[in-house]
Amino acid sequence: MTRTFGWRRWLLIGPPFVWLLVFFLLPLAVVAAISLSQSADTIPPYAPLVTHGPQGLENQATLANYREIAEGDVHAYANSLGFAAVATALCLSIGYPIAFAIARAPKAWRNPLLFFVILPFWTSLLIRVYAWIAILQPTGLLNRALAGLGLIDGPILLIYNDFSVVLGLVYAYLPFMILPLYGSLSQLDETLVEAAADLGARPALVFRDIVLPLSLPGVVAGGLLVFIPAIGEFVIPDLLGGPGTLMVGKVLWQEFFDNVDWPAAAAVAMILVAFLTAPLLLAQRLVERREAT
Amino acid sequence: MSKRITVFRGAALALGFGFLYLPIALLVAYSFNASRLVAVWGGWSLHWYGALYADDKFRGAALNSLKIGVMAASLALALGVCAGFAIERFTRFRLRLVFSFMLMAPLVVPEVILGLSLLLLFVASQAWLGWPASRGLLTVTIAHATFGSCFVAVLVRAQLAGFDRALEEAALDLGARPFTVLLRVTLPGISPALVSGWLLAFTLSLDDLVVASFVSGPSATTLPMAVYSSVRIGVTPEINALATVFLGVVFVLVALAFSLIARQERRRLAGG
Repeated sequence: MTRTFGWRRWLLIGPPFVWLLVFFLLPLAVVAAISLSQSADTIPPYAPLVTHGPQGLENQATLANYREIAEGDVHAYANSLGFAAVATALCLSIGYPIAFAIARAPKAWRNPLLFFVILPFWTSLLIRVYAWIAILQPTGLLNRALAGLGLIDGPILLIYNDFSVVLGLVYAYLPFMILPLYGSLSQLDETLVEAAADLGARPALVFRDIVLPLSLPGVVAGGLLVFIPAIGEFVIPDLLGGPGTLMVGKVLWQEFFDNVDWPAAAAVAMILVAFLTAPLLLAQRLVERREAT
Repeated sequence: MSKRITVFRGAALALGFGFLYLPIALLVAYSFNASRLVAVWGGWSLHWYGALYADDKFRGAALNSLKIGVMAASLALALGVCAGFAIERFTRFRLRLVFSFMLMAPLVVPEVILGLSLLLLFVASQAWLGWPASRGLLTVTIAHATFGSCFVAVLVRAQLAGFDRALEEAALDLGARPFTVLLRVTLPGISPALVSGWLLAFTLSLDDLVVASFVSGPSATTLPMAVYSSVRIGVTPEINALATVFLGVVFVLVALAFSLIARQERRRLAGG
């Protein structure tokens, strides 16, 4: 059936292809172009890349925005990678036991349990992050609870620092880690585990030599699903981070909204894209390989 | 030994779900708090729901968000179904790698990039083509439909992969035309993906703060934008009430969709 369609396949491929070309890839090209421009007091607030001068067309493109970033504070970029890496590692170590427990739960429980893992993803990230403010702030629930138990004398600083940012990232992205891990663990051949146990392997050994290697595709997929969006996260560092907790997403936002420097924001976006290219291509290869098998 | 493992698994589930749901539960509980202070319990009250209802700012924003959500989800469904079909059924065509990259990347690319890049496109195209004349509901809808369609495509693709193609072939052998088969056999067969795809695109649109902040105009403040501007000022019980309403609507919609899908699945199994 597929082969007989011929050119008519493009009636189906065409609309989403053209849509994504125009509204996803083309915009990235526009960002690349504007990142070479310079900020100006015009509407829109950037100078044209090519102008008409006395000698004809003059090239106005410049790498000044990138130079400025390289010479300025690169803290935000290192921070973003660091926070994303720590959050990914924490999500993995928290998510693995949960995914494992769901995969080994009675069959009738698995779908409801999965449903409740996915459910937070359907609800607003903004609201879920906001919920943590009420818990973590100095007059918040956690400080009051700790004081009530006599564990602390005065309020301790739980929010507007690196700790609360990582906590927020782990909280927001944990479901993205659990799902692919569950996908791998639920397909794991139970007889392999039983065989190893029958032959006298201790549980720790069974886990290290059989369960963990077979669940690696889920580990990699979950890691990418957490790491890639976490690098450019804005809401979490903005609401839970302090003024010193800079991440790339927040820098981009500030350049755009607070400084109204669109070319600088575009340059930050291009650097973020450069960070993400390798993990994105890896993710695509994983998806395509799964299709092939 | 096995008992210890069972205890370990139970603890993992209890702690994991506690971590995921405790903050939400506290938020809901404190929306019924009579006290103005967020961490002090002053007894049960519906005061903040009344205050919320009287607040014009949130009502207008909620209406904008609903309009955008319905339009974006419908557009995303149409595009996503085509895309899911194409990528699952046509295993070999020119530019397939580009296509699959464009379908996968918006799922994970940070929202700040999606938002900024679309805004710069709209601004450039306004300068060159005169379109879009202004930014508002239309531009936000286009942006939301773009990433929504990629999520729909994932769901459609997964459901199609599990769809028994013998049904289609039987219909074709019995003389049905391909278009009739698509309409009467294939689309009903993947209807769970269509329902959950539309809903997912709808809730993603309803939730989005970052992309909307970039591509919206002054006339089209969405609900998350209104919430964000008041959250930045501080935690207020009114926002707790709004969040509770919001969570309630999403929970009911999603639970309804999932029970619909489960019922259809059971019927299909009973019929087959």
